[in-house]
Amino acid sequence: MLLLQQLINGLMLGGLYVMVAVAFTLIIGMLNFLNFTIPALFMLAAVMMWATMTSNLPFGNETLTEIFGEANLWIGGIIVAIVIVSLASLIIERFTYRYMKAKYGDATEHALPLVSSLGFLIMFEHMVISGYGSDALTVVSPFGNATFEIGSLLFSYPQVISLILSLGIVFMLHYIIRRTKLGRALRSIAERPETATLMGVDVLRIVPIVYVITGLLCAIAGILFTINYTTVDAYIGDTVATVAIAGMVLGGLGSVWGAVIGGLMVGILEVLSIYIVGADFVKVPIWGLLLIILIFKPTGLFGHSAIGKGKF
Amino acid sequence: MSGYLESQLIILCLSIIYAYGIFLPAASGQLNLGAAGFITLGAYASGWFNLSDGAGLSMPLSILLAMLFTGAISFMIAFPIQRTRGVYMVLATFAFAEVVSGLTINMEFLGAAAGMPVDDHAPVTTLVIATIAVVLFCFYLMSTRLGLALRSIHDDESVSILFGVNVRLAKVAAFTVGGMLMGLGGALYGHHYNYIEAQAFNVLLSIYILLYVLLGGTQTAWGPLVGAIFFAVVPELIRNLAIEIGSTWLADSRFIFFGAFIVMMMVVRPEGVVTRAMQDRLGSRFSSGRRKNSGDEE
Repeated sequence: MLLLQQLINGLMLGGLYVMVAVAFTLIIGMLNFLNFTIPALFMLAAVMMWATMTSNLPFGNETLTEIFGEANLWIGGIIVAIVIVSLASLIIERFTYRYMKAKYGDATEHALPLVSSLGFLIMFEHMVISGYGSDALTVVSPFGNATFEIGSLLFSYPQVISLILSLGIVFMLHYIIRRTKLGRALRSIAERPETATLMGVDVLRIVPIVYVITGLLCAIAGILFTINYTTVDAYIGDTVATVAIAGMVLGGLGSVWGAVIGGLMVGILEVLSIYIVGADFVKVPIWGLLLIILIFKPTGLFGHSAIGKGKF
Repeated sequence: MSGYLESQLIILCLSIIYAYGIFLPAASGQLNLGAAGFITLGAYASGWFNLSDGAGLSMPLSILLAMLFTGAISFMIAFPIQRTRGVYMVLATFAFAEVVSGLTINMEFLGAAAGMPVDDHAPVTTLVIATIAVVLFCFYLMSTRLGLALRSIHDDESVSILFGVNVRLAKVAAFTVGGMLMGLGGALYGHHYNYIEAQAFNVLLSIYILLYVLLGGTQTAWGPLVGAIFFAVVPELIRNLAIEIGSTWLADSRFIFFGAFIVMMMVVRPEGVVTRAMQDRLGSRFSSGRRKNSGDEE
């Protein structure tokens, strides 16, 4: 029974990884680059959520408290985190995608969006460190210990809600990509940006939308992380969000449903290895699995062989 | 030399060694985001060889063995890594570093999470000499046929194959030698600070080292040198300037501007600071001393 409880906990943690992994996979699938600003955005959202809930924002604390009241500051936190992360995504788009368009005929040189995204990662991390320090920041969960039991299994409401929310968002995303005009444009860009342009897709207008979507996914994941785990710090981007990379590769680069299954599997794997072996050991199974998959089956479970094969 | 300058010099030396370790594979178009893993291997290997409870060898011998050990591991993983390219290679090397760090933190005989003390001390002069040797070695290597092969693979792999370059061999060689250099860097780190812990070699270290190389430029052997010097000096310069002005906030938040600077660099000079075209331009303008003059650019 304890094992089953651990599996459930893993599934709940996996729900967060799913959103970050989907964000990674969207950018890789559409634009073919590994976006290291995603961990930064995740961290930024989580810290902004914390800052609003504890009235530690650089400005506007009183106004937010007036609007939402002490008890409901978390609603304000959600809004603040989403707004800030969306704006940040738009800025990031300028400096990673726009200049990727100008092509430099040389393999490593195409790493330039990777480098800029690493630059953003450093920038955001140090913004948070200089504002709030590098220690752990804690917040009291607005929902307390709201839990319910099925049999002897314990579920906490925020975790269940976040799992449902993340799956719901992925369903919505799937619908957008498969059924709408925007989705068709996105898929055509993923196929070949030049042809998409010839077919009348305004690439420079669509791409910022992709960035905002990934930003929103990170923001929601970060917000849910703060609510569920109540402890954040400037480094959760490196330590938490990068695990989602393993989930993405496991599912296959560029595949949204692959990212969902991969994210959930990584969450379960993490919780189980903590439960069975110990907290220090958690890196080995996750990254070892990733290494093995990359070497023997780089397409992952549902991946496309074409994605990520080319130069940067 | 004052203590502050000395500590900065040590960081600079280590950064340069690490940067050349990443540069060699990058010169052939392989992006290695696993620097921390190789450094961990080198540091712990040398520490263990040197430790009286371990092998109990002398310091130079244990550094050499640590380099060979790291080189052997790099050689072994170079082949499977060759199966991956582009994003996959970045991810595979990144995963390798995480696995190494996860394993070392669980090995009791290496001190596990508490870290490991290292017996013999390497003074600053050793570090400086080793750094100069590494730089000279890499300049030499890039001027040999292997260096030429690496550059041609970097520019166009298929054409290199057509011209009879043994691409696989060249790439594996670059990766292995790069791994050895990072092993050397790690070993020197351990012997200088006399204490190592796996947490010090984290994701950010790998990121920084890859950035040194890509910002400096992968086309010429000047790239990592310029990149590492730049990364070591500029943040400190900003810090000192900020302290002069009396703004502690600026001193604390210098890395924000530094991150912004990286982003802007990619807009202005996406090929890195030093490119082959620049080297040639400077070379033709001052025809007598190409190397000397492009060195002035630093």
